[in-house]
Amino acid sequence: MKRYLPYLALVFFASVPLWLHDQYYLHTLVVAGIFMLAAMSLNLLLGYTGQLSLGHVAFFGIGAYVSALTSLGFSISLFGYQITHEPWPPVVGMVLGTVIAGLCGYLIGKLAFRVRGAYFVIVTVSFAEVVRLVALNWVELTNGPLALPGIPPLTLGFEWTGYVTLWGKSQNYYLVLVFLALAYLVIKRLVHSPFGRAMIALRENETLAVSVGISVTKYLVLAAVFSGALAGLAGSLYAHYIQIIDPMVFMFLNTVTMVIMVVTGGKGTLAGPVVGGLIFGIAPVILRNYVGPEVQWILYGLLMIAIVFVLPDGIVPAIERWFNRASSAAQKSEPSLALQTGKG
Amino acid sequence: MSVQIKTSDPILTVEHVAVHFGGLVAISDMNFEVHEGELVSLIGPNGAGKTTAFNVITGFQRPTKGHVTFRGTSLNGLKPHQVTALGLVRTFQRTSVFDKISVFENVLIGLHRRTAASLFGTLLSLPKERRAEEALREEAWEILRLVGIEHEADELGGSLPYGDQRLLGVALALAASPHALLLDEPVSGMNASETARFIELLDKLRAKGTTILLVEHDMPMVMGISDRVVVLNYGRIIANGPPSAIQSDPEVIKAYLGGGIKHA
Repeated sequence: MKRYLPYLALVFFASVPLWLHDQYYLHTLVVAGIFMLAAMSLNLLLGYTGQLSLGHVAFFGIGAYVSALTSLGFSISLFGYQITHEPWPPVVGMVLGTVIAGLCGYLIGKLAFRVRGAYFVIVTVSFAEVVRLVALNWVELTNGPLALPGIPPLTLGFEWTGYVTLWGKSQNYYLVLVFLALAYLVIKRLVHSPFGRAMIALRENETLAVSVGISVTKYLVLAAVFSGALAGLAGSLYAHYIQIIDPMVFMFLNTVTMVIMVVTGGKGTLAGPVVGGLIFGIAPVILRNYVGPEVQWILYGLLMIAIVFVLPDGIVPAIERWFNRASSAAQKSEPSLALQTGKG
Repeated sequence: MSVQIKTSDPILTVEHVAVHFGGLVAISDMNFEVHEGELVSLIGPNGAGKTTAFNVITGFQRPTKGHVTFRGTSLNGLKPHQVTALGLVRTFQRTSVFDKISVFENVLIGLHRRTAASLFGTLLSLPKERRAEEALREEAWEILRLVGIEHEADELGGSLPYGDQRLLGVALALAASPHALLLDEPVSGMNASETARFIELLDKLRAKGTTILLVEHDMPMVMGISDRVVVLNYGRIIANGPPSAIQSDPEVIKAYLGGGIKHA
């Protein structure tokens, strides 16, 4: 039963556009899905290696800007040279955005993982702030606070299949859903492999992990690369869907949103960011009928505190424990708590 | 003190190693060798520098002076995971297992060195990687059976009884396929029957040709199983020889009994 849950969830989410015709609700789900993807990437670092990246929005924003600039083109003068880039297809932008964000993950990982814990938090926060200031002040490239408008939506297809440009909400919904499923699969395979075991070992007991031959920097950097690249992919999806980005994407609140999604859902579980992403992605829609945005943020804070107080590990591990207890009470089944990884 | 040494070449050599923490001298000038297949015990009163010696040998602590060689490779400046990669694996006095992870997964983590998984193959879940993972799991079962805790494979590491946690710590080290094994007080806190079981395990390992360096306070055990005993006191070696010679060595007796306190 537990094994089929992800497939059931996928089928359910795939059916949503068939019965949900309200474009605003669909839009909410697309944005929630994009942030869910970003939360999944954060979970790889925070949940599986135990390193908190409080500047995760930097990778998201870099993915968004790289993708946008690749598909819009730009002309800048740098060190006396005039560099002009003609617009490329958005798909290329998406690939570049993902790769470059992954590269940034590599650099930050290499630099920051010499010192871990609190220092890593500081390095990532600073990194995000530097990137935000560049986006704000390099007006020639990024238009600064005036934003980059008119980012083309993604066009898919080949010469022999014909092309589809994803203007519609449900098209983008499916695009995001496909990427979510792929990311889930990649993360699942990674964390259940020797690579993921090494990350979890470093989180649980670094000294012991090192003593059995696990290299700290190698596996933390690996996690940072995957995490950065996935966040970059999410940012790129965001840019082509919203079609306008400004330096506001780098605001700290976006990182906080990802952290809240991961922590309430259950860090270090596969399903955690999905559950957390759904709750905090949909909550604004429900709450906006009753309270203003500022009050909403206070409510999210309170909701997170409440959840962390009642279920310190998050929602998914709590449900799993409850489920295990219920099933072992019903029948004396074998205990099956492997690594702290949910299969929801 | 000169000692009759076995004829084979030493695989682990500690030469003129000194460790200073600020003004405190943890180890002043340590020299000893361990030979292929030998079981050597490092003993001494509390604070004599035994664990520091372990930390230096395994790369967790940079020596102030001197150097350590293992199978012809200098270990100076190597990180702990690189020392492990050479086949020199240690256990710890306290932090011995991954508490929140199942016993079986603990051993799988220990098998890290044995995995040849490629990232690409893992992400695509290629048959080759799945076979490798299957082989790894089989190997983990073998190690659990060797150590004798296979019936607890599904328990969490931290929930095992104390003696079994110690055994799991050794299983983790064994999974790293050691050429030489460094055990830091493996039987401290064990009861008599657990200790007896542990000695059986050491015999099994020795039969497989594993070289063992042991730090231990349990004197009957040390004298019973060691080929050679090295005695440390105040950061320097005061005796080095077979158990029978050590037991009658006047300096050792003074170190252990001189203050009127018996540490063993």
